[in-house]
Amino acid sequence: MSSRSHVDSRLMEHYLVPKHRLLSLEEGVKVLKSLSIKPWQLPRISINDPIVRILNGKPGDIIEIERDSPTAGKYKVYRVVVSY
Amino acid sequence: MSSRSMEKYVIDKIHFRLISPLEIRKMAKITVVRPEIYEADGSPVSGGLRDPHFGAIEPGERCPVCGNTREECPGHFGKIDLSRPVILPHLGEKINLLLQSTCRNCGRILLPEDRIAYLTAIYKKLKEKWPLLAQNFSEEIAKQSSSITECPHCGAKQYKIKFIKPFTFYEVRPEGEIRLTPSEIRERLEALRDEDIFLLGMDPKSARPEWSVLTVLPVPPLAVRPSITMENGLRAEDDLTHALVEIVRQNERLKNFLSSNAPESMVEEAWQTLQNVVAAYIDNELPNIYQLSHRGRKQLKTLAQRLKGKEGRLRGNLSGKRVNFSARTVISPDPYISINEVGVPIDIAKILTVSMVVTSYNIDEAREYILNGPYKWPGAMFVYKRRQNMKIDLRYHRNYRQLAESLEIGDIVERHLIDGDIVLFNRQPSLHRMSIMAHKVKVMPGKTFRLNLLDCPPYNADFDGDEMNLHVPRLEEARAEAESLMLVENQILSPRYGGPIIGGRQDYISGSYLLTVKTSLFRKEEVSYILAAANYSGKLPEPAIIKPEPLWTGKQLISLFLPKGFKFEGRAKINAGELRCDDLNCFYDSYIVVSDGKLLMGVFDKNAIGAEQPGNILHYIVLEFGSKKAREFLDNVFRMFIRMLEVKGFSISLAEIEIPQEAKDKVAEMVHKAKEDVQKIIDDFRQGRLELVPGRTAEESLELKIIQRLQKLRDETGRLAIGYMDVFNNAFIMARTGARGSDVNITQMAVMLGQQIVRGKRISRGFRKHTLSQFKSGDLSPEARGFVIGNFRDGLKPYELFFHASGGREGLVDTAVKTSQSGYMQRRLINALQDLYVSYDGTVRDSADNVIQFRFGEDGVDPTLTYHGKSVDIDRIISKVKVTSK
Repeated sequence: MSSRSHVDSRLMEHYLVPKHRLLSLEEGVKVLKSLSIKPWQLPRISINDPIVRILNGKPGDIIEIERDSPTAGKYKVYRVVVSY
Repeated sequence: MSSRSMEKYVIDKIHFRLISPLEIRKMAKITVVRPEIYEADGSPVSGGLRDPHFGAIEPGERCPVCGNTREECPGHFGKIDLSRPVILPHLGEKINLLLQSTCRNCGRILLPEDRIAYLTAIYKKLKEKWPLLAQNFSEEIAKQSSSITECPHCGAKQYKIKFIKPFTFYEVRPEGEIRLTPSEIRERLEALRDEDIFLLGMDPKSARPEWSVLTVLPVPPLAVRPSITMENGLRAEDDLTHALVEIVRQNERLKNFLSSNAPESMVEEAWQTLQNVVAAYIDNELPNIYQLSHRGRKQLKTLAQRLKGKEGRLRGNLSGKRVNFSARTVISPDPYISINEVGVPIDIAKILTVSMVVTSYNIDEAREYILNGPYKWPGAMFVYKRRQNMKIDLRYHRNYRQLAESLEIGDIVERHLIDGDIVLFNRQPSLHRMSIMAHKVKVMPGKTFRLNLLDCPPYNADFDGDEMNLHVPRLEEARAEAESLMLVENQILSPRYGGPIIGGRQDYISGSYLLTVKTSLFRKEEVSYILAAANYSGKLPEPAIIKPEPLWTGKQLISLFLPKGFKFEGRAKINAGELRCDDLNCFYDSYIVVSDGKLLMGVFDKNAIGAEQPGNILHYIVLEFGSKKAREFLDNVFRMFIRMLEVKGFSISLAEIEIPQEAKDKVAEMVHKAKEDVQKIIDDFRQGRLELVPGRTAEESLELKIIQRLQKLRDETGRLAIGYMDVFNNAFIMARTGARGSDVNITQMAVMLGQQIVRGKRISRGFRKHTLSQFKSGDLSPEARGFVIGNFRDGLKPYELFFHASGGREGLVDTAVKTSQSGYMQRRLINALQDLYVSYDGTVRDSADNVIQFRFGEDGVDPTLTYHGKSVDIDRIISKVKVTSK
């Protein structure tokens, strides 16, 4: 299962792909603290997600996604990487 | 219950399993062997289905098993020892799977030993991590194993099993199909090993497969199947008892055959009957069984029928319950009560009660209620004496005076509903939160609930026989919460779209238009009469016209009620077509300007006071002056609109939709022209010269072009006819102010109905190549394909009426289908979303506190307080500044 096929990193530049960022441990803890939740209460993202592969996310990592929002302009979502 | 101390537990999980025969035997206190229920003297038959060992049910009776009386005895199970085993009908599928995939001789899975071990190891791991995948895995094993024809363990030859629902099994042997009896099946299931059962996806600890073939049947206690005694002394037994009687009868019959060595065929027949009856006892709606019924008519409601469906235990008794302290009756309108009120019939007010704790402040009031008794309003139904811990029912109490005198502080009086009590009012279907609102009671004579007309839009109510429900909150806390959150005035703005959902409709809009229109001038008496409707008690303003007599405009009257400092600028609904103007320079009075609470120009119509119109005057009154001010405006001013209609009178007649001969001639000319155009299009099509619409065939292009041309015809003739109407035409006023109807409706009444459409096409069905027998085959002309030139005023030709009815029928069917489909969709949506909530940190969470949205709506804005969903209403801010600077 560990032999993952290569994903073209230009995918990140596609106009339909929102901005993804892998949070550092400190940043991740800060996000969880600010919401006072445990990681498993976050929305999930698969480790097999192409963007997660490019970012080389590991289970438990938190990814920040910044999307355009019709109501708020910019909207940040945090997702925890899961192994399935 | 309440007096006993109770331990509290939280249910963690529920585990369903099969019950083993051993357990059934252990819990059974009585074996039923006799199908009779009562002896000749009326006492229950011992060993029958009403044996006292089933538990005490009569008052004063002592249970022979536990020694308790009716109140304390929990009831006890009995059993029926089945003479031959029978299959549980719903488990046929599982039994089939087991029989198919295991050896008929040794009971092992039909795979080699090492393979079984290997698969078991994988299965265990799978089950831990991916239970659903494990399920598929064991299904796959069963499939593989069932195709093998020779057992790898004992070498026995395997046969295919044929399963006929719900409980018949055959083995397909070379010599023919042999029926497997339940006994044989049970033997085979008994031979299965626990490990093999586990691998096939079942849990042998909680459900050994042989338990799915019953050898002993549990009989539920009498409390589960109570009998009803009628006035004439006859007893009617519960359906379950009837079904059980049938089982006992068939069981005893089979037992007799067995003991008397009856021929095999008779035994077989009795056995199958027993199997059928047991299956029907469990589920009387199984396919391919003989259903049990009352003397050949009504079907018995057996175990499955008790649970299933809308009126079953789950949907009817657990998800939805009947409640006390509620009332339901027809609603009727009353424009003279507040929108916060509901008129409650006095007969209902005398039955519904509110509990009132007696204090030193209200003791005199409470005594008054007691003296009035339960039948005189405002009275009381019950008194709870706190010190004596006693509940006194005033219906069975004679001395009210003595009771009132003995009333003490701390007692509780259940008094009648009185004016001002908070109740919840509801109309089904409850599709949004405004479907249940809190109202203040106003007790009235009559037998209907009275509802202010302005409350109709949120409930979607009308008065053609609608009924509504009323609930009385029981606790002070509940009443306070209902009042501050659910009171009608706090629900004027809808969260569905930012705008008021409460507001005028129909006559209110006509009335407000007539009141504010430029030509309306009122003499002093009229002004007084109109203002009296709004409970106005201040001074009259300066008259707008002094000579020859003092006259007031309607705009002046409205201005008396608009809040000071209120500014508004915007288009009225009539601001369209010929009456269009974009700013203050408006000749037609269709541009509304309110400055400092004075209506300076423009008329009030749907865009000013209408329901479900975001950005109207009502909307800004609520947002800027609060819902209390808005409610007062709705309560008072709207009555004035109705009074206006009463003063002036408002109706329509045939004359209003009559158009002059000149217009008729013009219409005829236009129709003639359009017909020619259509004929030209048809000719073009026939000669292949028709210009095609991109992506369409020639036929489709033809239809499109014809429909387009005919649509143009109706629009043009409609516009022409409406142009001939004067501005005081009531039908015209209603259409243009948005009170009722549209230009299309007027066109249909005065000029022509236009094209009738079925299935999105011109009407083309009926005979081959023509719609009705009077048209020639292949006639594509407007009239032959459902274009109706007639109008409602002059009447329709027979074929026109037919086309109109065809189109109308489709509309009817569509609405019926649409409501049921969208209703179901809404139900599923709400089931999925019901536990989501916006938490205090602004995130949206589910019941496990998982984050669903990091900020509600991504911007954290409450749509109720927005302007049509936009959180900042720039136009409003600009217009406020603009009016101020002038």
